[in-house]
Parts: sequence; C-alpha cells; structure tokens
Amino acid sequence: MTSVFLLAFLVVIAVAIVRMRDLLAVSMLLGIYGLLSASFFVTMDAVDVAFTEASVGAGISTLLMLAAITLTGRSEHPTRHKPVLALFVVLITGCLLIYGTLDMPYFGSADAPIHLHVAPHYINNSMQEIGIPNIVTSVLASYRGFDTFGEVVVIFTAGMGVLALLSVVRRAENITKIDSINDSMHAEYLILRIVVKALIPFILLYALYVQFHGDFGPGGGFQAGVIFAAAIILYAMLFGMSTARRVINQSVIQFFAAIGVLLYGSVGVVALINGKSFLDYSALSADPVAGQHLGILLVELGVGLTVASVMVIIFFNFEGRRDVLQSQENNHKGDN
Amino acid sequence: MLIGLYNYWVVVVLMMIGFYIVIANGNLIKKIVGLSIFQTSVFIFYISMAKVDGGTAPILAEGIKQYSNPLPHVLILTAIVVGIATTAVGLALAVRIKEAYGSIEEEEIQAKDNLDC
Amino acid sequence: MLTHLPVLQVIVPLLAAPLCLLLTRSRLVWVFTLIVSGLAFVISGLLLQQVMATGTIIYELGGWDAPWGIEYRIDQLNALLLLIISGVSTVVLMAAHTSIRKEISPDRHSLFYILYLLSLAGMLGIVATADAFNVFVFLEISSLSAYALIALGKDRRALWASYQYLIMGTIGATFILIGIGLMYQMTGTLNMYDLSQRLPGVENTRTLFTAFSFFIVGVCLKLALFPLHLWLPNAYAYAPSIVTAFFAATATKVAIYLLIRFTFSIFGLSFSFTALPLQLLFVVLGLAGVFVASTSAIYQTNIKHLFAYSSIAQVGYMIIGFSVSTVTGLMATLLHMFNHALMKSALFLALGAVMYRFGSVKINDFHGLGRLMPYTMAAIVVGGISLIGVPLTVGFISKWYLLMALIEKGWWPVAVLILIGSLLAVVYVWRLVEVAYFKPPVAGNEAVKEAPLSFLIPIWLLVSANIYFGIDTRLSIQVAQAAAHSLFGVSP
Repeated sequence: MTSVFLLAFLVVIAVAIVRMRDLLAVSMLLGIYGLLSASFFVTMDAVDVAFTEASVGAGISTLLMLAAITLTGRSEHPTRHKPVLALFVVLITGCLLIYGTLDMPYFGSADAPIHLHVAPHYINNSMQEIGIPNIVTSVLASYRGFDTFGEVVVIFTAGMGVLALLSVVRRAENITKIDSINDSMHAEYLILRIVVKALIPFILLYALYVQFHGDFGPGGGFQAGVIFAAAIILYAMLFGMSTARRVINQSVIQFFAAIGVLLYGSVGVVALINGKSFLDYSALSADPVAGQHLGILLVELGVGLTVASVMVIIFFNFEGRRDVLQSQENNHKGDN
Repeated sequence: MLIGLYNYWVVVVLMMIGFYIVIANGNLIKKIVGLSIFQTSVFIFYISMAKVDGGTAPILAEGIKQYSNPLPHVLILTAIVVGIATTAVGLALAVRIKEAYGSIEEEEIQAKDNLDC
Repeated sequence: MLTHLPVLQVIVPLLAAPLCLLLTRSRLVWVFTLIVSGLAFVISGLLLQQVMATGTIIYELGGWDAPWGIEYRIDQLNALLLLIISGVSTVVLMAAHTSIRKEISPDRHSLFYILYLLSLAGMLGIVATADAFNVFVFLEISSLSAYALIALGKDRRALWASYQYLIMGTIGATFILIGIGLMYQMTGTLNMYDLSQRLPGVENTRTLFTAFSFFIVGVCLKLALFPLHLWLPNAYAYAPSIVTAFFAATATKVAIYLLIRFTFSIFGLSFSFTALPLQLLFVVLGLAGVFVASTSAIYQTNIKHLFAYSSIAQVGYMIIGFSVSTVTGLMATLLHMFNHALMKSALFLALGAVMYRFGSVKINDFHGLGRLMPYTMAAIVVGGISLIGVPLTVGFISKWYLLMALIEKGWWPVAVLILIGSLLAVVYVWRLVEVAYFKPPVAGNEAVKEAPLSFLIPIWLLVSANIYFGIDTRLSIQVAQAAAHSLFGVSP
C-alpha cells in the first residue's frame, strides 16, 4: 500500500518540476524525487538499489545540479512557442507503452516468466557456487561481473569526459592568499567546520563498512565510493577549494581512478593467464568458492576506488570552473 | 487488472512526464533534469517487475522461502551509474555552452548559431 | 591464448585507456594508442579467419554458462563489423598526432586518446556481445566518450552539437533500455540466443510488439535514419577531424548492426516483418533519406557538412537493402557498410588534411585545391567517385548488389529511384571537383603546401583499399555472403 502512495507522490513531484521555472527549486525537487524513488525501491525489496539511488539521485546528482546552476544561472526563460508537437510525440509514446502493459504479467505475481527462468538459478545455487548471502552482490560481481566492469568503465569515461570539458591548467596558488581565504571562511563557518571535522572520520569509517560488508547486506563498492567522495566533497565545501586542492592532489586522484579500472581488469587478466575465462574468479585460488570470495573483494575494491576518485574529479572540476569564471569577471572589472 | 497493472501505468505516466520535459523545454539544465526523471522512471519499471508478492529482499537467510528477483536489481544498479555518468557529462557541456554562448536557452543559442553561418 | 581472442578484442583497448593516464608525453600516448588499435585489428583479422573456417565462436565470460552469465558469440556478421571498426580506427589514428596538434590544446591530448580508445572499445563491445543488457552498457561507454570527443572540437558550435547529440543519444539509449526490459519481462532472459528461442512463445502479445517498436525507434535514433537524423550533421561537422573520420565510418554501422542482429537473429524474420510494416516503412524512410539528405548536401558550403549529409543518404541505401529482406538485399547492406566505411574514412581524413592546412573546410578553401594539394584532392576525387558508385571502386559493388536485390524482388520503381539518387551524388561531388580544378586559389591561399606525409599515407591507404576492394571482391563478398546466409539460416 505504501508503494501506491509513493508512486502518487512521485507523479506530484514530477508535475511540479514541469511547472517550476526556478532551477534551484527544480534541483531540490529532483533530489526529493530521487529520495522518494529510493523509498519505493525499499518497498519493492530492492535494498541495494535503494541505497544507490539514495546516494546518487538524492545526493550526488543534486550536488552536481547545484554546482552547475551556480555557473549557469538559476532561472529558466519562459518558452514562447506552444509545444504541441512535443505533446503529440509524448502522447503517442505513452499510448504505445500503455498498450504494451496490457499483456504484461500482473504486478507481484510469482509465476511471471522472469521469476521462472534464469533468476531461480541465482537464488538456489549462488550459495554453493559463490558462498555469500547477498544474491545481488553475487550476480553483480560474479555472474554478470562483466557488466559491472563495463559500469566502472562508464564512470571512468564520465570522469575523463568531464576533465576534457572542464579542466583548467592552473598556476601554483599563492599560499598566503589561501591562508587568508581560509581565515575569512573560518569565522563564518566555525561551528559547521567543527561539526564536519568530527563527522568526517565517521563518514570514512562508514564508507569502509559499506565497502566490505556488501557480501552480507546491502552495499558494495559503488555506494562506498560515493560515500567516501561525499566526505571529501564536504571537506572541500567548508575549507575552500584551494585548501582542498592542497590536501588532495588532482593528478593523484586521476591516477586512482585509473588504478580502480586496472585493478578490476587485472583480476580478469589473472584468470586469463591461469587458462580460465576472463573474470573467472575461481582461478584465483585452489578452492573455487574461496577464489570467488577473493575475486569479489578485489573487484569491489576496484569499483570503490574508481567511483570515489571520479566523483571527486567531477566535483572539483565543476568548482574549478567557478574560479575561472570569477577571475575572468575580475579582469573585466579591472579593465573598466 | 486495475490493481495488477496500476504500478506500470503510473510508471508510464512518470516516464512520459520526463520525456516531455526533455523535448518540450528549451533550458539545457531542465532538459537534463527531464532525462534524469525519464531514466529514473525506467528504473522504477524494472524494479516493479522484480517484486514477488510475499517475497523479501534477495539476501539469503534461514527460514525464508520467497525472494524477490535479484536480476533486475543488478541491471538497475548498473543503469543508475550510467545515468549519473550521463548527467555529469551533460551538465559539464551545459556549463561550457554557457561560457561560450552566454546562455543556456535553446532558442538563443540557435539564434546565435544561425548568425554565425 | 587463441581461445581468448573474443574477449581480448574488447579488453585490450578497454584496459589500454586507463593505462594512457600513466603515460606522460603526448607522442608516447599516440604511439601506444596506435599499437593498441593495431593489435585490435590483428585480433579481429584472426577472429574473422577463425569464424570463416570453423563457424561461430562462443566465449563465456567469468566462466559461467549462458544464460546465467554473459557470453560473447562471434559469427560472420560481427567478425566483419569488428574488422571494419578496428581497421578504420587504426588507419585513422596514424594521422592523429599531426591533426590534433592543430585542433586540440596540448593539455588535452592524452584525454583525447583515452576517450578515443574508450569509444573504440565500446563499439567493439557492442558488436561482440551476445547479451542484450551488455549491449546497453557498452553503448553508453561508446556514446559518452563520443559526446566528449565531439565537444573537443575548437568551434563553439561543437559544444552545442555535442549537447544535442547527448540528448538524442540518451533518449535513444533509454528507448533501447525500455525495449530490452519488456523483452526480458516476457521471457526472463537477456541472452540473445536464449531470447531467440523463447520469444516465439510470446509472439502474439502486445507487450512484445511494444518492446520491438521501442527497440527499433531507439536504434533508428542512433543510426540517424531520416527523420531522426537531425543530430548528425553538426556533430560530424564540428568534431575534430580525426573523430569525424572515425565516427563517420563506424558509429552508424554499429547501430545498423544492432538493427540487423535484433531483427534477424533475435526477433526472427517472420515476426520482425509482420509485427510492424517494417518493409514499407524502411523503404519509404530510406528513399526519403537518400533524397532529402543528398539534396541538402548540394547546398552546403562547409564541406564537412556536405559529406555528413551524404552519410545520412548512404544510411538510406543500407536501410533499403535491409528492407528487401532477401539474401542479396542483406548482402548489399553488409557490403555497403564495409565499403562506405572505406569511402567516408578516406574522405573525412582528406578533409582533415585540408583542415590542417587551411584551418577550415569551406568551399572557398577548395578553389584551386587540385594544384595546391594535388594528392589530397585526388584522394577526395577517388572517394567521391566511389560514393557515386562508378565501376572499379567499392561504391559500385554495393550499388550493384542493391540493384540486383531490388530487381530480384521486382521492386523496379525503387531501383530507378536509387539510380536517380546516385545522380544527386554526382552533383555534389562535381561541385567540389569543379572549384578544385577549374578555379584559381582564393587570394592569400596561393602558398599553401601539400599535406604532410603523416596524412597522405593513411589517406592513400584508404583510397587504395577503395580501389582494391572494388576490383578484388573475394574477401568482402565472401564474408558478406556467409553472414547473410547464416542470418537467413541457409547453409551456403
């Protein structure tokens, strides 16, 4: 029953997003949309997905939206033309989808085709074949480990893409200037800073817990990576980008992003060298189940490493662009 | 039928709202918001079909007979990651467009492009 | 190691991409990328040889049996595509170091090669896999890197083109995701072979019809079928020259591959061509594409735009061959995919050389080009002749098969229209030839020199391939025929 209400709420928020012109409000609503869909996923028993959607939909993507809006301006111009064509296309597509639902197996029915083929194998055999309780992790990291490898590469690609679009070559920054900015922020954010300083170790600890507990409960490399990155981003927001850049070297972060992908890939290559298929973890140890354990541990580590690094890269480069914009504006003022 | 398909119909409505925002809006950031809603709604559709009545989360435990289907969960975990990757690149493009054209409204950019030609 | 070739085909460029980050000098990264791409080309050659000799190769990733794990399945069709993609990529890369020095700022050179490798690996992955969802993942790898690569173009319009491509591409990918989801919902499987076994059982459901429609629309967005082609011209025109040469030869082919794979191998012929009036729809859209795009090409002043529109027209020919749905028709499509890759990579690479010397590719820059850059211009002429379909070039071979297929089927009017469409190609190619050979250079351009050898060598490699495969057709026809036969389930 909860799920019915959650879906209704989602519709309300989506409609509100259509009508809203203030982009700041839109991104907040999008965050709520992400959080609500995460709650919906919990009612659908998809705890791992809910965890990810909460950290991505409500967390990272809202943050990115805000970072982008500060650079592009927050209000949307009203459009003059009437979107009749768009409405028409959407209506046709929607009708086609509704038509398609008519022969679907009913919601929740246990004898739908997807519950009878392929999936039962995972539910019944994953314990003997892989030996960890969280079936989602088994499928994600082992049965369909190649998809997850692709997923890591997608994230890596996004990181490289953002670098290609937004990175700026910066000169060495003046340390005394950084200190003065730091001091001026200190007065303003004193309480927040103290709270955050106390919080960060716990956030990092929690990230590690999520990273290594993914075999037993919801969690895993992706969620852990996002949480880890969140801690660093929090630090950067309260202590200034310049200070953060001094603590976290950009080329080191890029190096880690590459290492994560390579770690995942090399687990596969080791299997190749041992004469097994790519990503066949049973090649890693004499006992196949122990090999699966080790393999999953390593690839999840690779995922976590790349995700955390890329999230930091993306955030830092968005913020770095603001400095460029500001210095451009200052130069303009100087010219006048 | 109404109860059996209710979830899917609402999901279709959500998808179409997202799709509509993408194609009808002129603001580049808003378009990406639309894409995000569109994709999230597809995720909701996948997760809905994984649900089994009386099932629990697919984490093996003693005494549980019925689990929801883990496979769509795995697929959507991957798809969420793909979604955020697209959002990040899209927003980065929007920022660069703002710097290059001074606007993130489709009509104004198109007008400036037509002048260039 | 030979048994691992299918996966090596994809992971070699995939793992090389992050390795590039660890190298420092731009030239070093270029050499490394070139070697990796060359390696992928060798692997694809070996794979094709193996497939032609022994038939389909199956490779189970992670050691799990399909449908529980993901498998790669290489038959004649994907072996051909793998060869096209990795071959074009390698030849085009030869000119990359020279070309991007003028078009991309030095601090982004490494990123360029990383994204290029990712895009290459993504396309190879889409083609090699036999898992429907895996297609989606690799589609996104290749698309995301493509958006970033296009945005590296130095004109600000590259950004806008890239953004539009991102929106259209993501809508297309999401449609494909919906299609795959519905297919999965009705069958419980994602493995392509398994799907082909189970789909006939649910053939008459409305859900499957919707799944099919969404998949087709999504793919057609990606392959720029008229009228869903609007993202293409600007994306090709403003991308860095190397990127254009690579994508024009490969990106749309990958989408056409998906179309063929899903309609023939997965949904099956009888379903695909009865569920939707696909045959009629595609003939009409294909022809409309040929005429509208060729006509637009005639009026372009930016030559990259001109050949981008011509690409849309060529997609039209491929779609017509597909819609004939006979062995000969499909052969014509496959041949044209192979041949068009050769023509367009040669043409766009030659335009890259012009860009290198002039900094733009406006029609004005072509005045007197026959004298200023004789070898480059000669390459453009041969490429153009091939595009028109003159005998002794590859273009002739594919047009010939297309006409044969249409006549076999008794579609005379379509055959005539295609001949008329080819005349439009004569018009836009002639425009170039005319200014290049019969007009003096524009003032200020007289001192322009021929392109450097790093351009001329890859350009002429491709041009020679255009002529070689136009005369010695054994390889292309044999493979295309074998692929078409196996798709129709006929033993050759």
